[in-house]
Amino acid sequence: MPQMINLTINGKTVTVPSGSTVLEAAQVADVEIPTLCHHPDLTPTGSCRLCVVSVEGMRGPTTACTLPAADGMVVHTETEEVVTLRRFVLSMLLTDHPNECMTCEADGDCELQRWVYQYQVPWPEHSGARHAYPIDSDPNPVVFVDMNKCILCGRCVRVCQEIQGCNVWDFSQRGFDTLVVAGSAQAMLDAGCESCGNCVAYCPVGALFDKPSLGWGRAAYQDKVRTTCTFCGVGCQFDFNLKDGKITRVTSAEDAPVNGLALCVKGRYGWDFIARPDRLTTPLIRDENVTDGPWPGFREAGWDEALDLVAQKLVHYRDTSGPDSVAYLTSAKCTNEETYLMQKLARGIGKTNNIDHCARLCHASTVAGLAATLGSGAMTNTIEDSTSESAAIFVIGSNTTEQHPVIGTKIRHAVRYRGVPLIVADPRRISLTRLPGCLHLQQRPGTDVALVNGLMREILVNGWEDTEYIAQRTEGFEELKETVMQYTLEKTAAITGVPAAKIAEAARILGTHKPGAVFWAMGITQHTTGVMNVMSLSNLQVLLGNLGVRGGGVNPLRGQNNVQGACDMGGLPNVYPGYQPVAANREKFEQAWGVTGLSEKPGLTVVEVMNGAHEGSVKAIYIMAEDPMTSDPDLNHVREALERVDFLVVQDIFMSETAKFADVILPATSFAEKEGTFTNTERRIQRVRTAVEAPGVARADWEILCDVGTRMGYPLTYASPAEIMDEIAQVTPSFAGVHYSRLDRGEQLHWPVKADDHPGTPILHIGQFTRGKGLFKALEHIEPQEAPDAEYPFTMTTGRVLYHWHGGTQSRRSKNLMALYPEPLVEISDQDAASLSIADGDAIKVASRRGEFVARARITDRVAEGLIFSTFHFPDGNANWATGAFLDPVAKIPEYKVSAVRVEKLA
Amino acid sequence: MIRSSILISGDPLSLSRGAEATKLAIEAELVFYGLEDEVRVGYTGRIGNTDALPAVIVYPEGTVYGPVSPEAGAAIVEEHLYKGRRLEDLVLPIEVAPGAIEAPSAVGDMLSGQRRVVLKRAGTIDPYSIDDYIAYDGYFALGKALTNMAPNEVLETVKASGLQGRGGAGFPAGLKWSFVAQQPAPTRYIVCNADESEPGTFKDRLILEGDPHAVLEGMALAGYAVGANEGWIYIRGEYAMAKDILNNAIAAAEDMNLLGDNILGSDFSFHIHVHAGAGAYVCGEETALLNSLEGLRGIPRVRPPYPTVSGFRGKPTVVNNVETLANVAPIILNGVDWFRSIGTERSPGTKVYTMLGDVNVTGLVETPMGTTLREIINVYGGGMKGGKAFKAAQTGGAAGSIIAPALLDVPMDYATMLQHGATLGSGALLICADDTCIVDLAYVLMRFFAAESCGKCVPCRLGTLRMMECLERLRQGRGTSDDLEELQRMAQQVIQTSFCGLGQGAPVSILSALRHFREEFDAHVAGTCPTGTCPMSGPVETAVELHDYFSIERS
Repeated sequence: MPQMINLTINGKTVTVPSGSTVLEAAQVADVEIPTLCHHPDLTPTGSCRLCVVSVEGMRGPTTACTLPAADGMVVHTETEEVVTLRRFVLSMLLTDHPNECMTCEADGDCELQRWVYQYQVPWPEHSGARHAYPIDSDPNPVVFVDMNKCILCGRCVRVCQEIQGCNVWDFSQRGFDTLVVAGSAQAMLDAGCESCGNCVAYCPVGALFDKPSLGWGRAAYQDKVRTTCTFCGVGCQFDFNLKDGKITRVTSAEDAPVNGLALCVKGRYGWDFIARPDRLTTPLIRDENVTDGPWPGFREAGWDEALDLVAQKLVHYRDTSGPDSVAYLTSAKCTNEETYLMQKLARGIGKTNNIDHCARLCHASTVAGLAATLGSGAMTNTIEDSTSESAAIFVIGSNTTEQHPVIGTKIRHAVRYRGVPLIVADPRRISLTRLPGCLHLQQRPGTDVALVNGLMREILVNGWEDTEYIAQRTEGFEELKETVMQYTLEKTAAITGVPAAKIAEAARILGTHKPGAVFWAMGITQHTTGVMNVMSLSNLQVLLGNLGVRGGGVNPLRGQNNVQGACDMGGLPNVYPGYQPVAANREKFEQAWGVTGLSEKPGLTVVEVMNGAHEGSVKAIYIMAEDPMTSDPDLNHVREALERVDFLVVQDIFMSETAKFADVILPATSFAEKEGTFTNTERRIQRVRTAVEAPGVARADWEILCDVGTRMGYPLTYASPAEIMDEIAQVTPSFAGVHYSRLDRGEQLHWPVKADDHPGTPILHIGQFTRGKGLFKALEHIEPQEAPDAEYPFTMTTGRVLYHWHGGTQSRRSKNLMALYPEPLVEISDQDAASLSIADGDAIKVASRRGEFVARARITDRVAEGLIFSTFHFPDGNANWATGAFLDPVAKIPEYKVSAVRVEKLA
Repeated sequence: MIRSSILISGDPLSLSRGAEATKLAIEAELVFYGLEDEVRVGYTGRIGNTDALPAVIVYPEGTVYGPVSPEAGAAIVEEHLYKGRRLEDLVLPIEVAPGAIEAPSAVGDMLSGQRRVVLKRAGTIDPYSIDDYIAYDGYFALGKALTNMAPNEVLETVKASGLQGRGGAGFPAGLKWSFVAQQPAPTRYIVCNADESEPGTFKDRLILEGDPHAVLEGMALAGYAVGANEGWIYIRGEYAMAKDILNNAIAAAEDMNLLGDNILGSDFSFHIHVHAGAGAYVCGEETALLNSLEGLRGIPRVRPPYPTVSGFRGKPTVVNNVETLANVAPIILNGVDWFRSIGTERSPGTKVYTMLGDVNVTGLVETPMGTTLREIINVYGGGMKGGKAFKAAQTGGAAGSIIAPALLDVPMDYATMLQHGATLGSGALLICADDTCIVDLAYVLMRFFAAESCGKCVPCRLGTLRMMECLERLRQGRGTSDDLEELQRMAQQVIQTSFCGLGQGAPVSILSALRHFREEFDAHVAGTCPTGTCPMSGPVETAVELHDYFSIERS
């Protein structure tokens, strides 16, 4: 406990911990001291001098933001002297500031304006020098720069350095000519800008602004709706700014629990997809006679007709071809409540467990692997403790700064500001590997089990394992030891391609820095050995005693905004909500739902559904907000399957690649147009709120599902998603205490939330593992399914880029994001490009045994020789034309990360 | 067997005037006469007046020649060294101006008034020769400390000596050391502030160019006293010669185990690195210096924490000025009583001044603390130039106060000057005769600060500019009495609100000028310049630069 000290501020005595500044003490005393350069998230610099206060016994006025509070100190914050000095400082600022409040976007939010008003500083007329910088001086498509308004507080410099970790902004020149520049006075993007706009969020004036929102009305006078971002599993919250029923801007909020004022480029600027004119606005029914208009091949229909058709067909196939001839795909993009309803529809009305979603394609191996070893298939720790309290960080198969950007920045911060040693295992030289001191293990794709075994052997050989922890809390140690002891440094190096010395160094770091946190994503899971990879990492963390402690954990980073929730809500073919196995809980749910005949047989997974459609056993598919024609492997096969299936319903907000094959399309709402909850990667359940009305007659997914269910003969009637959540709480022990009333009070709930008065469980496995003992699984290295050969000499690995998200249905419709990343690019090494005579930007063809695609080449040192990297964000140039559906035997996840391909330069 | 030694001024000005050719000619002539093994040739810092450059000193006689062309250099070898007779035509007329201050002490009587502690060896020894330094008691203090004194004894000795920081603030050096020594951190640093950027100040350069080991030895002693094993010299970027001399000296000292690991076989190791600045006045401020040394933008840091707690690389750090460090070895060698016998009670020791402006002899003067300005001007400056009357002086550099004749007889030390509202600062003395326009001087000073403000804090960044603009109006005869009010008010507010010493010091000259020469400002408002020298008096000639005031070449 820090020592407490007492001081007096404006006659009020206040007690604060020693080490507080006078400014912080004043906040405790509820005394406001004006500031401009200060921000509580950033290192104080004391540069604006506005917070001068008078301290008895001190020689002159001094700045409250930099002055440590001392016991017995007597502070006055509004003496005539300091007020005069504040007026002087403000007046000085105005001598080089445009008098443009009438047209300034920051009017009403501007901190300079606020203090000038409060201290009634007259406009200083003078004939001296003023700057006339070019307005809108940077070509960045999302950040507007007007240095004339800059007051040189340096918040942008500090936020870019301290929070975003990009160091784009800095001061240049000196004296009156001092100005903030990007890089060496370059364009922001050339200086390494990630376009997160966090500098805009921290700018106290109108010098930096969100370019897409210029002229859309001032934020200060607009309504705001707090909601949760749709663009990844981090769970950032922000405010939609609204004017005349339209979204004008996204502003971040200091009290957002995960991210504070920080957001990434997608969250801050990707919102413009919501109001795109090509949104689906009315139900559509296939009609080949329609050849023109916005939806060739479809005719517009009323809700009644469309819903009746869907209900009738689903009942028809259920009753004529058997319940398992129908498959339901729920969505990691929709809310918890919607997935709950979808699986209730599939199981309770459709009588099938053929319900799955794209978690199958991302973290199915995590869920299966961790459930087996620990008893719970989710991230064990919170973003906060795993990044700010860990003694070491091991990132394997996660390009965190691009896929989970806000977590990525927290890892950067841990390395730069806490000096935490960072190990990154990734075949690519991703941004994290460039951090100072990062130990990069550049393994050959598909050799993770061997790598982790090698690490564990070194740990055991050096006695760095947690013996007591192993003895008390685990089982299977001897078997594990026997296996991993065979993975000598030499052998591991030979398999993985990582130099032995680096493996030894990584093991030393992990062995001697506890607790350490392990993070992973698709680089681990999307392999035929995905479950084994996950269990290996579980082995490692259990061996080190890093589970059930703050700063440790196995931390799979979930990709989609609600992929965690979609799994939690039973959007999986083998479990009811809360991971209750279908085999063992039939009666419970029959009773709860008032139905009979629930299936005890686990259903089909995503890839199996497509295989079933291909071979004819699956007759009808109801797809909610998923796009297998983009995200599944081997798209030629998927296309054939979708062409063959008898009846396809697609419920979406856009005409997705999959929707083009549909018989009925149901227009749904985006996350900005409905109520609900998302569960982020750290199991935190957060609210999604309605900001704007849906376009046309589009309806929220949960409302559509209710109607379909009702028309299928089982009334699904809920007044609101809150009611659905109450039902979820009744049937799901881990959600027993989750209610909208608690969430709307601001309670931060991480499941399991076992009762109405249970505070939630931020960290799993404290004291005991969910399954009892932590299980060590002895695992041997297995080669990936497809090895490069003479015909297909390259290994292709796939993933995402910062500016796009998943299949791109949303991000490709954001003008802002497309301005930053307009087309698919394939990363290829210098050496390979040279040997194939490929220049940067050349069109190239990538072909595998299954298919081919065309995209432009980006020559980079991020990939090693023999490796190429491509994405699945764009319908053309989609890597999934070439990937194969080689599945993990347990999790049925495809091996997206390793395909053998050929690369050709196009003439 | 060396019987004679020649030092050639190798400062940038001398080099630009062909010092290198002179040196080559001398060396060639020595070979011609077969004297190359008997006569040693080397560079030293600037010698003598500007118009005498490049200059040459021949030891042991201490004869100073200048300016010396290559032909003259050859002649010196032939006449002075080979035939044994002085080249009277070339001997510098130093005798004419008693107190010629840059001539070496060996010249003798002319410098009798000076008391040389810091500059004892400068100009006497070859700065490239560690043997010379050792021959003049060099590294004896370090040897004494390492063999006979505990670190704490060294620290206590410096504390007891009363040595004050010579960078300008006069903070007790021993006290600063003790703050660093108290810190629990295992790593500590000694940083030598050699970023001598104060206009009109070049004492540190002369120390570094003439006697580099004095500073290195001082740093090693400081390191021993506080428990630091690494030292950094942050040297002004323009001081190329001094940097070269320092690097040479460090290498030589390491070769002789006077620096490096286990110095003189002891447990104490000390390594010194030299880092050149890139030309920013503000980097003389110690925290801006530390930022710059770490590769960051040279802007001052928030204090606390002070460098003694969290300095270079976040570790406790002693930051001392060159002159301060050069005082350390003599104190350790000769003791507290000796040091305290020089100077005043509150400010023991000597002070090195750089005197510029309207005096007959400009340059370096080292005298005991407490010497009056009148004595310095009359004895060492050879009196006012052209018999003009003394009007004002600015002491302590651009950030110093402008003092009126009333202060001519104040014994100058840190505390006494402060009592009179003035500062000793870096030791720069700008002497102004009665034809100096104070308004113009104030304008030129403020233009310097407006240009050198680092831009970090609002009052300094914008306040210096607005004050400069105000002064510009005044010197052009466009000023009003409102401008004067405004100037006075701004000057006070900039001092009160500025982040660091730069902004806090920038208006000092204005306030003191307004205090002592208010009538001259009023005259400008009324439309006349009493001296008739500023732009309002005639066709506007605005090219006056700061270096026109702070130049030893001022005509």
